[in-house]
Amino acid sequence: MSTTPQQKERIIVPGPAGFHPPSAAQLGVMLPDPGQGLMYGILEPKEELVIEEMAKKMLTSPNATLFPGPLVLWAWNEHAVQKAKAVLEIAAQIPDVLIIPMPDYRPKYPKIDPEEMINPNHPNLTIWGNKIEACIFIGVHCHYANLTLKMIRAGTNCCTMAICAEQGHEDAMLTIRDSDTAKLQRVAQIFKRVREQMGIKVQADGENVRFTGTQSKVHGGKTHTNPLSFTPRATDLGSAAMFGHKAEHMKSEA
Amino acid sequence: MSEALESEQKTNPQGDPITSVAAPKSDAKKDPHAEAKKQKVVTPEYMFLEAPRTKEFITGSEAAKEAVRRSNVDISIAYPITPQSETMQLIGVLYGEGYVKEYYRGEEEYGVMSAIAGGSRAGVRCFTATAGPGTLRGIEPIASWPGHRLPAVCMFTCRVVNAPLAIQPDNIEVSYLLNCGMIVFHAENQQDMFDFILAGFTISEKNDVTLPVGVCCDGFFVTHARGYVRMQDRGIKLPPREAWRGAVPVLDAENPPARLSRDAPVQKSNFMAYNIHAVWQQEVWAAVERSRKYIDKYMGGLCTAENMENADAVIIASGSAAAQSREAVRLCAEKGMKVGLIKVRSLRPFPTHELRDLCKNTKLIVIPEFNYVGWLAKEVATAIYGHSKAKIIAGPHVYGGQSMPVELIVDEVESGLTGKKSTNVPLSAIMGTDVDQAAMGHFMRSI
Repeated sequence: MSTTPQQKERIIVPGPAGFHPPSAAQLGVMLPDPGQGLMYGILEPKEELVIEEMAKKMLTSPNATLFPGPLVLWAWNEHAVQKAKAVLEIAAQIPDVLIIPMPDYRPKYPKIDPEEMINPNHPNLTIWGNKIEACIFIGVHCHYANLTLKMIRAGTNCCTMAICAEQGHEDAMLTIRDSDTAKLQRVAQIFKRVREQMGIKVQADGENVRFTGTQSKVHGGKTHTNPLSFTPRATDLGSAAMFGHKAEHMKSEA
Repeated sequence: MSEALESEQKTNPQGDPITSVAAPKSDAKKDPHAEAKKQKVVTPEYMFLEAPRTKEFITGSEAAKEAVRRSNVDISIAYPITPQSETMQLIGVLYGEGYVKEYYRGEEEYGVMSAIAGGSRAGVRCFTATAGPGTLRGIEPIASWPGHRLPAVCMFTCRVVNAPLAIQPDNIEVSYLLNCGMIVFHAENQQDMFDFILAGFTISEKNDVTLPVGVCCDGFFVTHARGYVRMQDRGIKLPPREAWRGAVPVLDAENPPARLSRDAPVQKSNFMAYNIHAVWQQEVWAAVERSRKYIDKYMGGLCTAENMENADAVIIASGSAAAQSREAVRLCAEKGMKVGLIKVRSLRPFPTHELRDLCKNTKLIVIPEFNYVGWLAKEVATAIYGHSKAKIIAGPHVYGGQSMPVELIVDEVESGLTGKKSTNVPLSAIMGTDVDQAAMGHFMRSI
């Protein structure tokens, strides 16, 4: 069983794919090797082409959203902080992009606020609630990313993308692997190039990240913000660095 | 008694130094962990593909011990049960020598398997072993390992589980493990036991796998018998587990209460959306699928094929039945029958595509097994249905401690090829297009 470049028919496409469709692995989709990516379930030997397709989707789809996970949301160490900055550099290239966090993996009961966060136990609610048609997951532990991607493909029309620090995600429509800080920065550069080629401009003041309703309330009613105005940093108290975690411990961490 | 005799190193029957007894005064300064401390970490690629090996004549239990010696194991938890007890006793020797960092005896198998879950969730490399009734007693926590995404290696030295209880060889317990979502290997001999355990740790901990590995063997035939095992130098070991690279976060032991259950509310059906459990199960089995490439890389494939070219018939077997089948192939050749052998090494994932390819032109398949139910035959028939027109003989079967006379297998090959009636396999256990419908009808009317 293998996913070959010769296969022309797209396998993993925006849904709704069905009540409970087979997983990508059941459909024979295999994860890419280093330097490669997956484009709609088909092996793409050049990951740069996958990143370009990601950019096009994020720049043209309604309510494009970045979903940062715990591995870039929390300042585990300096490496995680650097990756968070790189994620904001990607956001800076997508006009009107939403950023909705996945801070942890616990089911949120009695009621999820889909504007505030996404959760792997019911990610479809966040997609539906915000009418998101393209999204990128970064910094989510692979098991939970896979759960999320399967549910979104089953029940929504969203084009899912996963920028993974490990081997990638076959249930995402577009995925790349081994994404360290340098690769995230390269993704931001490619997004910038594609955006400019498409003639799409960002706000002159850089305020192109659109707040959700909840975020807007927190920020005094502002509707947009400049992602590069945030300066993530490792906190002194309670951070993993306090317990001896160093950047080299998590070099490939998403 | 002379001073020289007093200072003589005490050893167990396997020749390992016994470190649990007080050392003689003259050895007081000798560090029992000295050799373990000198072990060098090597990459899995070097360990499995490049490192030179030397051959030793050892039992399956000793092969397991030598695999664990080279596996950089953090914790091993024991509970005795025949025929596994010797294996975990030998792991205890490794603990005494410093090759295993923690080791203790659990309360019983449920406690052992639960503690293995805790160790794995905490981020350390875990090993245990059990057998027969122990497997079934521990099956609830064992079946929860894959869903919790817990890498670990557990050795199952199969024996009778049914009443009336017996300690004899019978691999029916494998059928209980096949649908847990764990990776399951079946070792034919001592060499497999060594290789599968060592590779099991590496495969188990791959990020895109992150699943437990069960290494099964047929008790006594493998555990207590000796065979030649080619092993890497004991001075090298695998890299330690990098738990932070797993598909799930490790247990946060610094912020109590630490829960062993993963995402507890998901396990409460009255709170959860059913979708999450459905995709969770899909993800576990997707991870089983992803392990294929690592099994190919580190173990040389999910199955092996011998003597297949222009074969009149093929025997498909796993575990000790593969060894018996190899001899049957030789006897068949003496009788002028050209018979191939496919040895299934990995039961989960199952070599579905490999079997479809290997069996596409086969006319007869014989599947000998050491159990009553014929779980391997069912797996094979399911895998190749529609891809092969072969007649499948689900047998011969032996169980309850019986050995498998090679002649039984030869008889089935012969009867399958000539149409001679089998004396050991009922018609109901013969599948495929060449089944004698009249005989089958007679059989059905007679039952």
